[in-house]
Amino acid sequence: MAEFTLPQMSKVQKGKRFAAKPGGKKVRNFRVYRWDPDVGGNPRVDTYEVDVTGSAMVLDVLLKIKNEIDPTLTLRRSCREGVCGSCAMNIDGENTLACTKGLDELPDGDVGIYPLPHMPVVKDLVPDLTHFYAQYASIKPWLQSQSSFGSRERLQSPEDRKKLDGLYECILCACCTTSCPSYWWNPDRFLGPAVLLQAYRWIVDSRDEATGERLDDLDDPFKLYRCHTIMNCTNTCPKGLNPAKAIGEIKQLLMNRTV
Amino acid sequence: MPNTRPLSPHLGVYRWRVNMLQSTLHRLTGLFLCLGALLVAWALIAATNEGAWSVFASFWTGWIGEILLFLWLWSLWYHLCNGIQHLVRDAGRGYGPANRDRAHDPSYWSTGWMILAVSVALTVLVWVLLALRIAGGGA
Repeated sequence: MAEFTLPQMSKVQKGKRFAAKPGGKKVRNFRVYRWDPDVGGNPRVDTYEVDVTGSAMVLDVLLKIKNEIDPTLTLRRSCREGVCGSCAMNIDGENTLACTKGLDELPDGDVGIYPLPHMPVVKDLVPDLTHFYAQYASIKPWLQSQSSFGSRERLQSPEDRKKLDGLYECILCACCTTSCPSYWWNPDRFLGPAVLLQAYRWIVDSRDEATGERLDDLDDPFKLYRCHTIMNCTNTCPKGLNPAKAIGEIKQLLMNRTV
Repeated sequence: MPNTRPLSPHLGVYRWRVNMLQSTLHRLTGLFLCLGALLVAWALIAATNEGAWSVFASFWTGWIGEILLFLWLWSLWYHLCNGIQHLVRDAGRGYGPANRDRAHDPSYWSTGWMILAVSVALTVLVWVLLALRIAGGGA
């Protein structure tokens, strides 16, 4: 049975408030999830009043907080341009990349910033993605082939290559998987949208020869069929991909195989 | 100390969109329809005995009974309409273009609102038709 509420030790408490320095031109409030393993106890939400003049993206604001207001704030970030997926987090209620989420996209009022939902928290905005990566490894995300091509490359027609569009762009940021209520309630057995999109990426690859085995592996009430097309994944993907559709395609292939 | 790691907030912080509402309502109406099946069982049992039937009939013409019936009727329509969308998606369609351009709502949101609106409209329509029939037939 799904646990709809947070465990007692995970319930969020009211935190500190960091008042804006006087003279700020454009001050906005950011409510940020905080939890420090060295202190323990329940997580809290701290409110930072930040002068956002000169900041374009949410990541700019978070780094401004870290640099100028509170150096203890912990988050992952790397490329700052939406290709690495490190700064995936829940901003204003939806999962996205802090580096590509513009402040102008946020509605007025306080902005809530939380780690990716329903994940164990390592510290502040850093979730533990170990299980997510293990699930990714479980679908064997590499080209499997028995045929020998000698020293030649494996050719692919432009049409077959086109089938990978909308799939190869996935950066495995886990925004979609952690937005999925089905994944929240069955993270141990449901693979989740990101991993299933990746699985489909290998299933449709004309060069891969393990299509049958890949489909066999997914033909499972939990791994695949916990997807009830809630569509949160497609809504939230910061790369504009459609994991729900990819999952639908896998279901189609499985059905075609049986019928 | 991985065991002491808190679980990050989920339902409590996630923004509700119509697609999430649709899915939740599909579950709830499905559950309600299962309970509604008990109504059919009760009707069949009550139909064997005049006294039992009058108890049955007076409950379902009372206001609690009418509200339950109305909800049951809506559950049926909603579950059916949304079920059609599930069928369409099982056939590999209706996933819409991805939300690539965030300035525009994805097409499946309007479909979602449409399903809700149609289910309410059909419920009211059937309800009104039934009321007219009862009023006309003097039942």
